[in-house]
Amino acid sequence: MIAVDIEQRLGAFHLEVRFAAEAPIVGLFGRSGAGKSTVINAIAGITKPGRGCIRINDLFLFDSVKGIDLPPEQRRIGYVFQDALLFPHLDVESNLLYGQRLRSTDERFIEPARVIELLGLGTLLRRKPKALSGGERQRVAIGRALLAQPRILLMDEPLAALDVPRRTEILDYIERLRDELRIPIVYVSHSVPEITRLADTVVVLSEGKCLAVGNVDAVMGRLDLKPATGRYEAGSLVDTHVTAHDSEHQLTTLTFDGGELIVPRLEVSIGERVRARIRARDVSLSVQRPTEISILNILPGHVTFIDDETGPVVDVQLSVGSATFTSRITRRSFQQLGIHSGQELYALIKAVSFDQRSVGYA
Amino acid sequence: MLGLTPDELGILALSLRVAVVSVICSLPLAILAAFALARLSFPGKTLVDAIIHLPLVLPPVVVGFALLVLFGKRGPIGSVLNDWFGIVFAFRWTGAALASAIMGFPLMVRAIRLSIAAIDQRLEVAARTLGGSRLWVFVSITLPLALPGIITGVLLSFARGLGEFGATITFVSNIPGETETLPLAIYAFIQVPGGDSQALRLSIIAVVLSILALVTSEWLTRRSERLQGDDSR
Repeated sequence: MIAVDIEQRLGAFHLEVRFAAEAPIVGLFGRSGAGKSTVINAIAGITKPGRGCIRINDLFLFDSVKGIDLPPEQRRIGYVFQDALLFPHLDVESNLLYGQRLRSTDERFIEPARVIELLGLGTLLRRKPKALSGGERQRVAIGRALLAQPRILLMDEPLAALDVPRRTEILDYIERLRDELRIPIVYVSHSVPEITRLADTVVVLSEGKCLAVGNVDAVMGRLDLKPATGRYEAGSLVDTHVTAHDSEHQLTTLTFDGGELIVPRLEVSIGERVRARIRARDVSLSVQRPTEISILNILPGHVTFIDDETGPVVDVQLSVGSATFTSRITRRSFQQLGIHSGQELYALIKAVSFDQRSVGYA
Repeated sequence: MLGLTPDELGILALSLRVAVVSVICSLPLAILAAFALARLSFPGKTLVDAIIHLPLVLPPVVVGFALLVLFGKRGPIGSVLNDWFGIVFAFRWTGAALASAIMGFPLMVRAIRLSIAAIDQRLEVAARTLGGSRLWVFVSITLPLALPGIITGVLLSFARGLGEFGATITFVSNIPGETETLPLAIYAFIQVPGGDSQALRLSIIAVVLSILALVTSEWLTRRSERLQGDDSR
């Protein structure tokens, strides 16, 4: 449980953020300049807020009223920086152990061997940071933060400096940490795919204010947050589990309480949880169940919300089981079908519109 | 040894002792001063900076005279040190070391300050979040990363100490076996008729010593840079 309630003035920028979140991974989402870094620097104790308090479980890291302000070295916050910041004069092993050596034995609960195995660092231990690739550096930085035996891990856009294949690789590692070490993570990013893939609870920041806090499916699907989450990125999330593989056609079936989704084959075993992200522009609507059509995913639902701004585009929110889909259609189609709230409709989603980026472990 | 007379060996040993002691004693202070000037902002910083740099611009004789006034047996500092701790600088080799240290101090501080200013401070922030106290971060991160500058500073100050003449002769005079370092001995031989060959021999020693110091520092700098994974050289 992390609770933040802080206020800070930086020139003309006024930050006033209040949220409390309890989740394996809390996503701190916002455009650049929204105040994300200010918030996590305050959590880590690198900058001091003007007023407020920061608490992890029952421990106050900062409280301007009680006069508490723990120095960063006593907060036990593992901070993974955007550009790794490995110590250039130490080899990988010494970098990894830098923090662990400063913790007393009764504070240690994460073993070096475990971290080295988990992050695949075994062959790198004798190397100097300069001899590492960007992805390797970031893995070492994550390992170093973990071995400092933190109460919580802060990750500030850890993928920003990496190319796309490396990003996927690091995302896989982060999910392994969450599942195997059970350490709470605050993940800062301006990327919707990263946040929706990793986070359970999301905090949306904009211009120094906290716009929304809540379950990532609910918050990222909310149409009223579009200015902060972005129109292009509008979409919805569905938590599913794998129920079948069709090896002949290279397809995988994902099941959730509103039905089944057929997606291109995933290398995931049956029964595992998978979170699918569906972009609003990939969802078509039909009043009747269409037949003789190439689209594999046809799901019945009813309209819960219509975002009808001026312009050629209308976003329709559809409830399918307990999931919420957003469909982006033209105003012309919207009027021709006469869509109204509560109406029963079919959501049509092409299986090929799911790519690796939109379907991930959860 | 090496074809040197006992007298010459004595002069050489004394010079080395003066230079080494002056460097060792001034290094911790120089690191602190360099850190303060590179990182902290405090009232009177410009003044402190100016005072540290004074020996670089003042005539050495003036520095020597100031030392004589302050650290002489009756001087305000010298008398206290003598009465309380029994430490005497005036007309002793320790005084020569003090003069060398002060003349070399600005060179040492400048080199170290530059290398501290070049360190990415976020590395220190990262070390703090990993559990390092300010002091430990300074010892384990800042100092090793500033090592190339520290080596350069040590060399510059050491060379300055070997060559120090004006402040030394003014403060501690030229006493053979106590304060007669290489430059003072060379000067003394030049003053004596027929001493030219002696002066030349000592000058050659001085040249060899300086080259040795340069080569050593270059080697150490490369080593410390390689330690930081910089194989580009």
